[in-house]
Amino acid sequence: MSEPAPAAPSVTEALQPGAEVLLRALKDQGVDVIFGYPGGAVLPIYDAIFRQNAIRHILVRHEQAAVHAAEGYARSTGRVGVVLVTSGPGATNAVTGLVDALMDSIPIVCLTGQVPTHLIGNDAFQEADTTGITRPATKHNYLVKRPQDVARTVHEAFYVARSGRPGPVLIDLPKDILIGPAPYAPPAETPHRSYRPQREPDPAAIARAVALLKSARRPIVYAGGGVINAGPEAGAALAEFVRRAGIPITNTLMGLGSFPASDPLFLGMLGMHGTVEANLAMHGCDVMLAVGARFDDRVTGRLDAFSPGSHKIHIDIDPSSINKNVPVELAIVADAGQALAALNAAWRADATKQDRAALAAWWERIEAWRATKCLAYSQARGAGALIKPQYAIERLRDLSAASGRECFFTTEVGQHQMWAAQFLHFDRPNHWMTSGGLGTMGYGLPAAMGVQIAHPDALVIDVAGEASILMNIQELGTLAQYHLPVKVFILNNEYMGMVRQWQELLHGGRYAESYSAALPDFTKLAESFHGTGMRVTDVERLDEAIGAMIASDKPFILDVAVDPAENCFPMIPSGAAHNQMILGPGRQEAAPGVSDEGLALV
Amino acid sequence: MPATPDSAQRSATISVLVENEAGVLARVVGLFSGRGYNIESLTVAAVEDGRNRSRINIVTSGTAMVIEQIKAQLDRLVPVHRVADLTQQGPHLAREMALIKVVGRGNDRAEALRLADAFRARVVDATVESFVFEMTGSSDKLDAFVELMRPLGLAEISRTGVAALARGTRTI
Ligand SMILES: Cc1ncc(C[n+]2csc(CCOP(=O)(O)OP(=O)(O)O)c2C)c(N)n1
Ligand SMILES: [Mg+2]
Repeated sequence: MSEPAPAAPSVTEALQPGAEVLLRALKDQGVDVIFGYPGGAVLPIYDAIFRQNAIRHILVRHEQAAVHAAEGYARSTGRVGVVLVTSGPGATNAVTGLVDALMDSIPIVCLTGQVPTHLIGNDAFQEADTTGITRPATKHNYLVKRPQDVARTVHEAFYVARSGRPGPVLIDLPKDILIGPAPYAPPAETPHRSYRPQREPDPAAIARAVALLKSARRPIVYAGGGVINAGPEAGAALAEFVRRAGIPITNTLMGLGSFPASDPLFLGMLGMHGTVEANLAMHGCDVMLAVGARFDDRVTGRLDAFSPGSHKIHIDIDPSSINKNVPVELAIVADAGQALAALNAAWRADATKQDRAALAAWWERIEAWRATKCLAYSQARGAGALIKPQYAIERLRDLSAASGRECFFTTEVGQHQMWAAQFLHFDRPNHWMTSGGLGTMGYGLPAAMGVQIAHPDALVIDVAGEASILMNIQELGTLAQYHLPVKVFILNNEYMGMVRQWQELLHGGRYAESYSAALPDFTKLAESFHGTGMRVTDVERLDEAIGAMIASDKPFILDVAVDPAENCFPMIPSGAAHNQMILGPGRQEAAPGVSDEGLALV
Repeated sequence: MPATPDSAQRSATISVLVENEAGVLARVVGLFSGRGYNIESLTVAAVEDGRNRSRINIVTSGTAMVIEQIKAQLDRLVPVHRVADLTQQGPHLAREMALIKVVGRGNDRAEALRLADAFRARVVDATVESFVFEMTGSSDKLDAFVELMRPLGLAEISRTGVAALARGTRTI
């Protein structure tokens, strides 16, 4: 650690145990809940928690779940999520969650216990090199070695977690530091000595962006999770811009909800399982405005064929996201909200007219792509008909909306996640939490738990697969303990469906190890954890079952038996270009020219 | 014209001013190994007494896009104050020091001493069978000297890696 800032613990103020100082710093940071799991190294912190009421502790059943819960809390509130775990296995169990938060830019502060300073490096009981292990798993981490650094480090960690591109920050706390006397210091008023991300856009760059966008004949906006991280004002500024300019917009998986899905300007999600209209518009555009998105490989497909011939403008708070995968001509390093507000102001102040005729022709082309109805599926009716997973999601969407309650959705990872992204339709930010960058099976249930803690009266639903849900199923215990009425909506296709789909399409139908054998009885499983369970196999009883789930005031697992053979389309196989999409069986002809370079390139 | 990636490789000498805190070097090195960037040379030492700062000098190579990535990735590390691409910014000095041990007798020994003199390498240790030369200069110059010593009984080399500064009044 560096020298302490000459902060001023007043002389008159008594020193307190490090753990008390820690809690006081957390309170000063506005923390109201911690997700954690105790152990020897953090007992002094638990003792301090026991003796106060301002901060609530939620006892999870596995440390990975603590991090995902904090992510759900953070993403649904815009605040920093806080995690507390013990040394050694507590810390290593948290690593997956930390990387998940790192990849998806979620602000987390994770407190880990550590063996006493004099034992560090001795292979002591439950010692792990936590800062070493988590260095590439966090945005930043600290090992506190001196009592006078406790408070300052906590304040700095919160600043780093939420500033710039948000991310997880870890503080490793040796037990002797937690027990020994430490001075308190309030949050610093001086700027951080080295980490000061640029937030205001360069006005000259904004002016160039306006000029490029006004002269565009085939423009598109590609908006990602950065818009959501930048807060609701950023979403509002984005909507203002897109509507005034009348140009199409697509969202990444993480960006869903940053622009209303119900708006006709919205083309749906882009990328590997994105819509035909979004991917072809990206492929054929002449000016692309990327905001808070990072040109991830799931979005771009084959890089050298990605949106050839377009001028690209990229707004991002993280300069390392710009020109990383795709070279752009105009980089705007700034907070997405501030950049979009500046863009709106500059657009209004500029008298140049858009080429409305060209724009109309562009929209005509997009409407033709949209008319392929690439997400269409057919649901057979009558007793005994298999439930299509897409249909199940659509009923879930409509019935939960009809309940009139505020709804939050989380997901696990797999086909169900993609169907949820395609069919749930978000009109607001912060109501959709999914593991995008890392693709962590087991994310959804604990994330839903964190959301429900932050929004006790809301309807919180984890859209799950039968394989993923088993990865953090122990959290049903946490739901029961805290009376969290989270709903788990399992699309049970008896396969690791996404794996099965790749095996079908790319590995000659050799379904190695992707069958979900020996599944539990999910109804009994829910009941054994003091919740309610129900299984539905008949399409004609689906609505009734969803209704029962929504009406329940308990944790609820709805096990929906869906067509095990259904695949998720459209699909751009990895390494293919945006104009080489596969549509569903018998649908490739329904979209004449979709795979035809000519149509897409014009 | 839309931007196109340039595949030409270039070498870059990058100086990084960092807060001198535990783990900062590990962060920088981990960044390079984790993202598959080259490190041709890396030096680090505390500078600016009293301000608790260290300077890391890195010589790396890559396409223009990769070099820009390296700088952006370094710059977003929390304890990093400043990143300067000395190669891009203009004329700069890049020097390293080497200790070079040559073991031999007779003509080879005389020849080694003669060449050392021509390269302005100093003799810092000598026995009847060996010399240790100390030499400071550009990496190229050190390489050239080492190559000349090879047939003359080159036994061991220790190099510091590059320290670098911009020429003129400009500072990081
Ligand atoms: C922790 C983890 N392990 C493995 C994977 C690879 N993986 C991606 S999707 C998937 C199958 C998920 O199956 P299920 O939860 O039933 O969802 P489905 O695709 O059937 O909807 C697997 C194994 C992963 N994403 N995360
Ligand atoms: Mg499945």
